[in-house]
Amino acid sequence: MSASESPKTMNTLQAVNLALDDALASDPNVILLGEDVGDRQAGGVVGATKGLSSKYGDARVRSTPIAEQAIMGAAIGAAIVGMRPVAEIMLMNFTTVAMDMIVNHAAKLRFMSGGQTHVPLTIRTMTGAGFGNGGQHSDYLEAWFAHTAGIKVVAPSTPADAYGLLLSCIEDDDPCLFIENLPGYWTPGPAPMRGQRIPLGKANVVRAGRDVTVVSYARTLNTCVAVADRLAKDGVDVEVIDLRTIAPFDEATILESVARTGRAVIVHEAVKSFGVGAEIAARINEHLHEQLKSPVTRIGAPLCPVPFSKALENAYIPSESAIEEAIRSRMSRKSR
Amino acid sequence: MASTQAPDRRTLLDMYRRATAVKQNDERFRAVIKSGKITATYYSPRGQDIIPAAVSVNLTDQDYICTIYRGIHDMIARGVPLKPLWAEIAGKVTGTCKGKGGAMHITHPATGVMVTTGVVGSSMPIANGLAMAAQIRGEKRVAIAYFGDGASNIGAFHEALNLAAVWKLPVVFVCQNNGYGEHTRYELATSAAKISDRAQGYQIPGVTVDGNEPLAMYAAAKTAIDRAREGGGPTLIEALTFRFYGHVFGDADAYMAKGEKEAAMARDPVVRFRVWLIENGHATEAQLKDMETVIERDIDEAVEFALSSPVPDAAELSRDVFATELTR
Repeated sequence: MSASESPKTMNTLQAVNLALDDALASDPNVILLGEDVGDRQAGGVVGATKGLSSKYGDARVRSTPIAEQAIMGAAIGAAIVGMRPVAEIMLMNFTTVAMDMIVNHAAKLRFMSGGQTHVPLTIRTMTGAGFGNGGQHSDYLEAWFAHTAGIKVVAPSTPADAYGLLLSCIEDDDPCLFIENLPGYWTPGPAPMRGQRIPLGKANVVRAGRDVTVVSYARTLNTCVAVADRLAKDGVDVEVIDLRTIAPFDEATILESVARTGRAVIVHEAVKSFGVGAEIAARINEHLHEQLKSPVTRIGAPLCPVPFSKALENAYIPSESAIEEAIRSRMSRKSR
Repeated sequence: MASTQAPDRRTLLDMYRRATAVKQNDERFRAVIKSGKITATYYSPRGQDIIPAAVSVNLTDQDYICTIYRGIHDMIARGVPLKPLWAEIAGKVTGTCKGKGGAMHITHPATGVMVTTGVVGSSMPIANGLAMAAQIRGEKRVAIAYFGDGASNIGAFHEALNLAAVWKLPVVFVCQNNGYGEHTRYELATSAAKISDRAQGYQIPGVTVDGNEPLAMYAAAKTAIDRAREGGGPTLIEALTFRFYGHVFGDADAYMAKGEKEAAMARDPVVRFRVWLIENGHATEAQLKDMETVIERDIDEAVEFALSSPVPDAAELSRDVFATELTR
């Protein structure tokens, strides 16, 4: 595709496909493997890998049996000897089937080998409530992985971020878990600049503001931006930070922001209890306790499996009104 | 046995050298751990010495092995140098893994020891990946996955054999069936009369062999490794054997049948191999004695090296977690 033909907008599915295409084209060590990823299987259940096995061959874009341990083991073994596999685990809940491979092996082999081996592996997976897929197809489990030493956790919120972050994950020398939001795949956004990587471990200040810092990632980041835009009309100036990389997260950018605003709200779709928000809130408290104008608060799903009924699912996902209420209540607390 | 699969004299002596190195190192490990000079959870491989010796003489420098936490014999037979091996077990910074892995996770890419897993069953899926990389790159490398009889009952075994069969990967699955998974007898945990029967389910060759019998073990390994190298896909080898010192060194063996261990030790495969080599004119007593003396001296040096080496600095906790050192 020449520059003149580049589209102005793109959705996340297209952005992921483009990043994989570019990675396969630039490095013969990049391979894809996962259930149905080949074109004989229609290029994946949502079509994220469409066209790639036809272009790069079945040896490099390999459809696998439905066997997550085998997929992950094969990817780890190949990564140890210098390949850069992108292993797709269709849905995030299915990572549980391969947990031993991911947690005990991919994440730890660099340390346990004293740095003699490492695992430059990217695990792509999709998840998210909203499509009525119920309790075993929709969970956000990022906190489990963020709690594991040796693996990076990345969750893009826009098509352009998906492109740039996925390229960075594939080129990174550590294992990376790349979490895509299923219901958000088809939402268009500005197209990425071809070839532009987005660094891992760096947050993005999506919207500058003076009054409250809101930290989020993945789909809820976009919800937060919508709320911030609305609150601006009421004179509440919200700074919105997209983590982009959940682990290791960009503590400096968050602390710098909260030091200015004195207020913080952390928002994610995952269950609130023991979630990523708890870690960020703790870090803010450890460093900025004296400067806080109100307690740090968190918004997340209730401690409940993702429900099926639309009525329940809507109640489960953090809502704009809940986020707005959390921000407003930070403002109404008396300044110290 | 097909005559082409018979080892020549040089190969026989190489096999013996590797097997007796396992035996002699094990004797020293147990003595040093007992003395308290090294503190480590130790899984003695004695009794299983012949298996990796027979496999290793069929491998090239380019081949890979994935083994398990009770696989110290697999590493020694493969040729992991003794000094860093001993230092790793002693938790020293001069160890293969700077003391960060320990006996259960010894890694030594220079000799092809790519992963040593502490999780039963996990060597097989990763060996597939090593083999897949070789296949994609058009290399003639073979990957060996070592594991025990207990591991043939975990899901990863079945997933790995199926994938290796579907993709015709250059991998050899070497099951060392010592009759016990941890403390549980084979028959109480395993439905198949023979583990090699399970190969049929994946339409790959499966063979049961006396793993304590050097010629039979050599032939089985050679056939499987040659097949994998020539693109014929995976093989499951079940090598029947016995472990002399229980699951973990120091266990009371109360779960074993009376006399079972003594009977196995009376038929020590390394001792029998030694007698056979001399009786059949492949070596003289003096030749083997010399070989053993050299190994004993290497072990002396390795123990001294391990004991006198420094321990790792606490700063190592920030290193090798990620590619970039952590700042805390």
